[in-house]
Amino acid sequence: MSEKVGVYICHCGTNIAKTVDVVEVARWAGVQANVEVACEYKFMCSSLGQTLIEEDIKEKGLTRVVVASCSPHMHEKTFRTACERGGLNPFMFEMANIREHDSWITDDGEAATQKAKALVKAAVDRVVHHQPLELLPVEINPNTLVVGGGIAGISAALELANAGYHVYLVEREPTIGGHMAQLDKTFPTLDCSACILTPRMVEVGQHQNITLLTWSEVEAVDGYLGNFTVTVRKKARYVDERYCTGCGICIEKCPRKVIDEVFEAGLSYRKAIYRPFPQAVPKYPVLDPPNCTYFERGKCKACQIFCPTTPNSIDFEQQDEILKLQVGNIILATGYTLFDCSRIPQYGYGRLANVFTSLEFERMVNAAGPTGGKIVLRDMKTPPMSVGIVHCVGSRDENFHKYCSKVCCMYSLKFAHLIHERLPDAEVFNFYIDMRTPGKGYEEFYHRLLDEETHFIRGKVADVTDAARLPGEEGKLIIQVEDTLIGKQRRIPVDMVVLSPAMEARHDSREITQLFRMGCDFDGFFIERHPKLDPVATMTEGIYVAGACQGPKDIPDSVAHGAAASARVAGLIARGIVMMEPVRASINKELCSGCRICNNLCPYNAIVFHEDQKVSEVITALCQGCGTCVAACPSAAITGAHFTNDQIFSEIEGILWDVQSDHWEREAELVTAK
Amino acid sequence: MKEYAYFPGCSLEKMALPYNLSTLESTRKLGVELKELEDWNCCGATAYFHVDELLANTLVARNLAMAEKMGLDLVAPCSGCFKNMYFTNLHLKKDPELAEHINFALEEDNLHFSGNIGIRHLIELFVYDIGFEEIRSKIFHPLNGLRVAPYYGCQILRPRKDHEDVEQPRFFEDLLSAIGADPIDFPLKLRCCGGSLIITSRPAALSMARNLIQNAIDGEAVVIATACPLCQVNLECYQQQINQEFGTNFSMPVVYFTQLVGLALGIPPKRLGIGAELVSAMPVLSQFQDSKQEKSQ
Repeated sequence: MSEKVGVYICHCGTNIAKTVDVVEVARWAGVQANVEVACEYKFMCSSLGQTLIEEDIKEKGLTRVVVASCSPHMHEKTFRTACERGGLNPFMFEMANIREHDSWITDDGEAATQKAKALVKAAVDRVVHHQPLELLPVEINPNTLVVGGGIAGISAALELANAGYHVYLVEREPTIGGHMAQLDKTFPTLDCSACILTPRMVEVGQHQNITLLTWSEVEAVDGYLGNFTVTVRKKARYVDERYCTGCGICIEKCPRKVIDEVFEAGLSYRKAIYRPFPQAVPKYPVLDPPNCTYFERGKCKACQIFCPTTPNSIDFEQQDEILKLQVGNIILATGYTLFDCSRIPQYGYGRLANVFTSLEFERMVNAAGPTGGKIVLRDMKTPPMSVGIVHCVGSRDENFHKYCSKVCCMYSLKFAHLIHERLPDAEVFNFYIDMRTPGKGYEEFYHRLLDEETHFIRGKVADVTDAARLPGEEGKLIIQVEDTLIGKQRRIPVDMVVLSPAMEARHDSREITQLFRMGCDFDGFFIERHPKLDPVATMTEGIYVAGACQGPKDIPDSVAHGAAASARVAGLIARGIVMMEPVRASINKELCSGCRICNNLCPYNAIVFHEDQKVSEVITALCQGCGTCVAACPSAAITGAHFTNDQIFSEIEGILWDVQSDHWEREAELVTAK
Repeated sequence: MKEYAYFPGCSLEKMALPYNLSTLESTRKLGVELKELEDWNCCGATAYFHVDELLANTLVARNLAMAEKMGLDLVAPCSGCFKNMYFTNLHLKKDPELAEHINFALEEDNLHFSGNIGIRHLIELFVYDIGFEEIRSKIFHPLNGLRVAPYYGCQILRPRKDHEDVEQPRFFEDLLSAIGADPIDFPLKLRCCGGSLIITSRPAALSMARNLIQNAIDGEAVVIATACPLCQVNLECYQQQINQEFGTNFSMPVVYFTQLVGLALGIPPKRLGIGAELVSAMPVLSQFQDSKQEKSQ
């Protein structure tokens, strides 16, 4: 063997050195086969550390390099570049992760040192089999798909479109706007939510660079970074968008009233053909077949009869349309749902009439809502004289969600303010566990509410009941709570209870992750590539996340997140080409028996069969290096670059060096030989 | 015929005799045989677990082991007995070392605990094992229009984590509906009856019982149905004292749910022990007895 391997053990300050005996690992590595030089250094990623590698390559003639430090996700690129500067092919480098996989997960120094040796040995044994490889250039399709038309998706789409790139915005509901369109005021400035949102919606609707696909869902995603093919189902609207002027006469004439469970949170009615709210974008209504008299009984057609356009816009024969979109990047902004309050039966939602959810209340205080902005009880006429607002319903709760939903404290404060404003005589109680108001102007808003004489009671509500016990409780809802500041149980009678439910991941978020081949956490929120340094990318190249689908967020955070995701995409598009890892499969024609097993297994359809030669071939441009064909080939004719059998088996043998029976003798031999 | 091992517990021997009578009568009518454990012992009641946990567990394990020997699921009509047996069973299954320790003692009696039987509260037997369909099909006298407060008490459901709804259960209401009665909306249905607090803190216990009865009256119930002998005693026997203490005028009959089920099945009140209570239930229940049947039997 003529390979000269340089081994560098990083202390990572004390992150590694505190647990792993780095000096010992370096000494030990120095006597291993093929190792020319082994040393430890405080920070290998520093420019001094990198220079160390470069100089050793030049002076000592190293042909391979191993760095034992952190995860390759962090610094593989750094060290590959260092190798390149020293004059080596960057793929002649291997990284051993002795931080995330070793020092951080144990306090047992001896065991950690032993494991570090095994990981280093594996990397050394592997790296001698490495082959020089070249990065593959991949062209980026400049179109982008944004999934979800809430405020996060809207900002992502607009940023990209304004930069001059084309965007497909797919939204499941009949209109864009998301939850923000349902809100009345936004905290802490109390801007009217619709007033600041609708201009953005209109901009999306009219933007020449945005193709808006509402009432549509993504059904399949194929391809990879730069070249995705996305299948979108455009659900039948039964309204022809080419002719419809959005005049709304069909809605007016429709004889069928349906409870609006989505936009009005069940507080009001819509028609069977409807537009969720007057400023909806696009303006075209949607017909809801299960509730339509025509679809039920074959008669009615009032909407079609009164439609003033020619040709008529109402099309009862319309079918779902399947669209294939070619895009280079995908931004997921699928948003959140609210926790179902009836899962906490002791709070009485669904059982006690005057218990409301925050979204119901939000619609109620909205001037465009079902009560025209009047705060009233379920009878829709009596204003409450006292209101209890319960925080953390389903959040910060061992039984439901352990996380804090982040926005509830602030909107509960906002509710209290709006009640004071509209019902000056009403008393408002806020029941909180901790008041969490971090954000610009948020704490000031809290203090404003303290001045407005809202009652703040620190304690988790135990029970909401209508069983009166004491005088003054008759006909009221009694909130039973431990006031933890005075250490007493209290019973507080109120007329109305508003529950602030947790923000939850969409209930189909797991299916979405499968569709887009990325991951979600235990709670169903999408996982970003790095929680601090890369909150917009995911572990899948070309897929990004924005807004509350990644975790609870308020409006400014969602807007920033959406814009950040599109900045990342815009950067890639501007470059036009991205360099991809050359980890690709290739077929040795001499060994291929032409059995065609690999052809159908390939998830990217990257393998073709040449009838004339009776052999298969991998199309490198399509191959994603997943390795399925490599494992399946019965003739071992397929090799995965950078993951060859030699490399993998040497790595395995290396990691198991200390369980081979004769390793101590071999060890001794090596030491004497050196 | 379904068979169960039956653990009546001490209350049903004397004080809650009507509960025992009505249980045996109504289950027989529904095609279930309850085989009383031979030589059963105390369930540990409220106190023993706090005095000596190991001995209390052993005490309960002996009963469980006897049922296991019969190869039958064990049914307890008293919520206190049920709670002790349910938790000991769970506890010993999770702690094999403790189980082994206790089995060493049980060997003396030629018994062995292995945790392979189910523990049922009597009301679960009616709700889940017999089922509403079966009960409905055998109704003789539906208790139409009888406004009943379904009083669960605390120990049937709590503290239990594996039951789907421990906060607002509906099964008692559903059972009452199945026999034709009209269950009221009873917000305090899961609140404690006072338990054995009546001995140590009388005013507190009386106040708890008062709230429950008042809540039932507010819901316009004419009778409270319970599934536990202690609940029955606390709610019924202390009404006089409550009236004195709080200036109320309660006269609310409190019966066992089995008595109502039995009545609906057409069993004569006498055989269900109706008439033995301190606040007579006859004024509200007499309309449901079959006069002819009464005479013939």
